[in-house]
Amino acid sequence: MTTVRQVRGPEYRLSQLDVLEAEAVHIMREVVAELARPVLLFSGGKDSILLLHLARKAFWPGRIPFPVLHVDTGHNFAEVLAFRDRLVAEFDVQLIVASVPEALARGLVAELPDGTRNRLQTPVLLDALEKHRFDAAFGGARRDEDKARAKERVFSFRDEFGQWDPRNQRPELWSLYNGRVHLGESIRVFPLSNWTELDVWHYVLREGIALPELYFAAEREVVDRAGMLYAVGEVLRPRPGEEPFRTSVRYRTVGDADLTAAVPSTATTLEEIIAETRVARVTERGATRGDDRFSEAAMEDRKREGYF
Amino acid sequence: MTRELLRFATAGSVDDGKSTLIGRLLHDSGSVADDQLAAVERASRGEQVDLSLLTDGLRAEREQGITIDVAYRYFSTPRRSFVVADTPGHLQYTRNMVTGASTADLAIVLVDARKGLVEQSRRHAFVATLLRVPHLVVAVNKMDLVDWSQDVFERIRDDVERFAAKLEVHDLTLVPVSALQGDNVVERSAHMPWYEGPTLLHHLENVHVAGDRNLIDARFPVQYVIRPQSASHPDYRGYAGTVASGVFKPGDEVLVLPSGLTTRIAAIDTADGPVAEAFPPMAVTLRLEDDLDVSRGDLVCRPHNAPAVTQDLEAMVCWLSDRPLEPGRKLALKHTTRWARAVVKDVRYGVDVDTLHRREVDGLALNDIGRVVLRTTVPVLADPYRRNRATGGFVLVDEATNVTVGAGMVVEHG
Repeated sequence: MTTVRQVRGPEYRLSQLDVLEAEAVHIMREVVAELARPVLLFSGGKDSILLLHLARKAFWPGRIPFPVLHVDTGHNFAEVLAFRDRLVAEFDVQLIVASVPEALARGLVAELPDGTRNRLQTPVLLDALEKHRFDAAFGGARRDEDKARAKERVFSFRDEFGQWDPRNQRPELWSLYNGRVHLGESIRVFPLSNWTELDVWHYVLREGIALPELYFAAEREVVDRAGMLYAVGEVLRPRPGEEPFRTSVRYRTVGDADLTAAVPSTATTLEEIIAETRVARVTERGATRGDDRFSEAAMEDRKREGYF
Repeated sequence: MTRELLRFATAGSVDDGKSTLIGRLLHDSGSVADDQLAAVERASRGEQVDLSLLTDGLRAEREQGITIDVAYRYFSTPRRSFVVADTPGHLQYTRNMVTGASTADLAIVLVDARKGLVEQSRRHAFVATLLRVPHLVVAVNKMDLVDWSQDVFERIRDDVERFAAKLEVHDLTLVPVSALQGDNVVERSAHMPWYEGPTLLHHLENVHVAGDRNLIDARFPVQYVIRPQSASHPDYRGYAGTVASGVFKPGDEVLVLPSGLTTRIAAIDTADGPVAEAFPPMAVTLRLEDDLDVSRGDLVCRPHNAPAVTQDLEAMVCWLSDRPLEPGRKLALKHTTRWARAVVKDVRYGVDVDTLHRREVDGLALNDIGRVVLRTTVPVLADPYRRNRATGGFVLVDEATNVTVGAGMVVEHG
């Protein structure tokens, strides 16, 4: 016999985390009710792991009623891939892998001069969405991450080329989301739109959500590249003149191993991460993403092309 | 962490200093990261850091020198977390303001102390009250440019109060500020000792919003039916949804609309276990004692407190599209979790937002607000918007383009 929970605070108030959770659950249910073929875009990062947990809550005691799509760049951290496979088994969801190396082999995309693959993900993602005829794709993006995202809708309409047009967004009123699309068009859905980085960490702590070890500080071999610390591994090799050294670091975001930098940290528990995040003076993406540093509008440009 | 969430919208006309005010709130509450501030410092011209650049948006906007859409910002203090809907004032102002205000607990309308209450400010105050944002704040900005004059502030206050008397404003607060210099935004002003009220942030942190929700009228629009048909839950049938208003408890006698059948709540489930009661905005799953045919778009309420079941809607509509709304037009209508088709039977009148007078119109153009009569293909389960924001609001969608073209608020039902 389960005990009946009393969730009420004074005056029927909910904490901000409960409000954000309820909003995300509402959004996910709305998508599943109104769109034919939703999919969850899984990156291995904390936000997409959080999405899976929220999806479980939204449809409990039923199964999560959509598959998970991972765009594998071939530059992922091995640990993240192992974590992904465990999670998919635990939640009993179907995993679809769209592979960048495979897309390179069949000529859908070509390797960039610098060897990075972040930008190559977009055509591979769009190709997979089209092939499986997905009309809705959940993403873990938050509006506090980037100013292009600050203006994006929760239900973000994409034309048949997967493009986002910031000048032509549907007004979004109350919690009445408009998911109507024509054949070939789709929506990207961001249930975590109103969460901040700190909200995510507090929620992970409260819910006891497991995350890849990369998120916790450990002594790792790194190189200093333009002021950012990159862990040395299979994908990222030291360049001539770079002296690898060992220091305690953790990851605030998890993307490609050759594009995601670690931050100096000794935080080995969620409580310590929260304490560090609370006083962090640099934004999550600013601290960790080589790819966002190219220009002020890097994210806006990638979003227009159909990026996550 | 039991902080409360406050959602507020900001509106102002061009050059009222709205971006500077939001930048000031973010900056002085310690919510601006060093890399953001460094970027702003690089971009600022002149000696002072231009805080308005903190909220500067897309390249598409910088290229055109305009702000095109609502932007959402986040900051928090030890007391509350804030979601700011920053609504640009000039282009498509009604569309932006209506979008930002629809979910807001509070609206801040900016007024330039040198100009006083202009047409745009009246429009913003009117839209905020039409959308029934419970708390209205008028921030009288640029007090530094009128020598911190108490006379100027009081003259504007009188104007605002006269105008507000024609609106249904339940809670009105005026704060004299200088966003540029920071006076009365987060820190108290040394320049205006005559002002004894709270600073803007103090008001945002302390305004009482818990009582704004409707906890009287139990309304639960069914969003999704959960039927796992699994080995562990072979016969489970639950109705997932978000409590729109009121409080639900296991054992409550409930009425399901539009069927009109009654039953009792067997349990209120969540993935973390059953709960003793559910209230807005909780997302839960109801199990009912009897096996009724309930589906998405139905509504669970109490037998003696039910919304109207009607195909005739009378509503205030904000029109958000370039193509005007005219009688005879057919549209898709989304209300709670239910879609219907609707035909425009009549546009009774438009509202002149300056004088609040009614004017005779043939239709509604972009940014117009007016009273419209609609007939729907299937019944909608609606309450008057003034009683219930969640079951009184609807959106209108163009059936050809699928674009959201109108926002409606039910006035009464036929």
